[in-house]
Amino acid sequence: MKYTQGKYIILKKSAIARNMYSFEMLCPEVAQIAQPGQFVHIRVEGFTLRRPVSICEINRSKGTLRIVFEIRGEGTEKIAELREGDAMDMLAPLGHGFTINDDYKKIVLIGGGIGTPPMLPIAQHYGEKATVITGFRNASAVILQEDFAKAGAQTILCTDDGSQGIHGFVTQPLKELAESEEISAVYACGPMGMLKGITEICAEKGIYCEISLEERMACGIGACLGCACRTKKNDEEYFAHVCKEGPVFKAEEVLW
Amino acid sequence: MADLSVNVCGVDFKNPIIPASGVFGYGREYEELFPLSKLGGIATKGTTLHKRTGNLAPRIAETPSGMLNSVGLQNPGIDHFIECDLPYLMSKDTVILANFAGSTVEECVAVAEKLDKTDVHMLELNISCPNVKHGGAAFGTSCEMASEVTAQVRKATSKPLVVKLSPNVTSIADIAKAVEEAGADAVSLINTLLGMRIDINTGRPILRNNVGGMSGPAVFPIAVRMVWQVANAVKIPVIGMGGVSTGRDAIELMMAGASAVQVGASIFTDPYAPVRIVEEMNEFLDSKGIKDVKDIIGTVKPW
Repeated sequence: MKYTQGKYIILKKSAIARNMYSFEMLCPEVAQIAQPGQFVHIRVEGFTLRRPVSICEINRSKGTLRIVFEIRGEGTEKIAELREGDAMDMLAPLGHGFTINDDYKKIVLIGGGIGTPPMLPIAQHYGEKATVITGFRNASAVILQEDFAKAGAQTILCTDDGSQGIHGFVTQPLKELAESEEISAVYACGPMGMLKGITEICAEKGIYCEISLEERMACGIGACLGCACRTKKNDEEYFAHVCKEGPVFKAEEVLW
Repeated sequence: MADLSVNVCGVDFKNPIIPASGVFGYGREYEELFPLSKLGGIATKGTTLHKRTGNLAPRIAETPSGMLNSVGLQNPGIDHFIECDLPYLMSKDTVILANFAGSTVEECVAVAEKLDKTDVHMLELNISCPNVKHGGAAFGTSCEMASEVTAQVRKATSKPLVVKLSPNVTSIADIAKAVEEAGADAVSLINTLLGMRIDINTGRPILRNNVGGMSGPAVFPIAVRMVWQVANAVKIPVIGMGGVSTGRDAIELMMAGASAVQVGASIFTDPYAPVRIVEEMNEFLDSKGIKDVKDIIGTVKPW
């Protein structure tokens, strides 16, 4: 089984920042096969399209998954109304996740805003080999810092307005790290501008880089070809699909 | 258990439900969830003579009780389909309708000639794609063009030929009559309705193609009306589609005159929709004591 569809009970719901929610669902068959970087596709009562949300934690022994999402519109607002004990309809786990390579000595994980949650399972895998750089609009939007610290990762926090951590973008600490130590790989998720900047830095320094993309999506499993992303493979331009070939792509293959 | 089998221009379907072209790819992604043999048939992703890359993203937008898409016929080309996808589909014990399109009449004919040499059960000629600059809906919005492309494709194949019609016309019944006269064995309708959404924060259309095809439950009453009008205008079978999301919807479309029913956008909401709809149709027929689904085709009693 690669993915399945079912209704799963929400065990724990918490509001973790303004308009940001964390759900933990009991879904043993999904948790058993889910990989860091994959996503779940949530059915929203009254809407035609499901909402893709990246997986933030995978707990195989408890049989749970955690997601963290932001209210972006009517659909996510509806999901945020669900309560502990409610069942949520998910098609999951979907997509191609981050590469796990235990030969990595040092990995830098970068999350921008709501692109931060999918970096947590990777941080939990690499523990102290991971440095997590995260960037947010301001202090009130900061999420998951304790979770990254608990995973054993070093954390570097940036805010656009300097209200917490470093005043500036995530690309600056990345450049400094790349100067001072050997980095095996950089994995990132966040706004396109941020991902482009990271990709350029990694290309210049010769660091292997994977990025997780977002696109408006329908089927979620690669059938409808809705979530196109311009990529290049073997020198040929190709519209890949974020739901199936992605959401994680090798940064060098993405055309901006 | 009612008899759910139907026959559309000589082809037997075990039940009337067919995932519509475009929502179901070439089937593989859904076989992860249920055996494809549960389906009456599969209308495959619209395929063209040459590979097409499709439109830039975003290609998808949500609308009230529906959605827009502007995929733009991304597909690997007919040779790839025949070599890599069709053999797989033909082994799945369900009817395969190969949906195809072209930018010119010649391209449509060339694809039909290639498909004619395969084992595929039926051809579905798409003259109604709203998302491509050439061909597409341009063929489907004038009686003359619809007739011309149908007549030429007719000459290229002896397989059952279904022509998929556009709802973006003044009289879909006139277009249906034109393709019937030109040799179509059946018509399928409705393709998507041309729609548009604008992000009012940026002033930009949500779709990169500006406009796209609207589908989903919101279009269902239009589909019922058009299937009814067409079924009254032609003698060939009608395959109905447009916003079907429940067994009751499928029954309604068949009462309007459809011999079989395609299911599109509702698969995105519920990936099991086609299988569930078959079960729901059976429950409805049993509850009414109707032994054969064929007995409801075209039975609407208009005022």
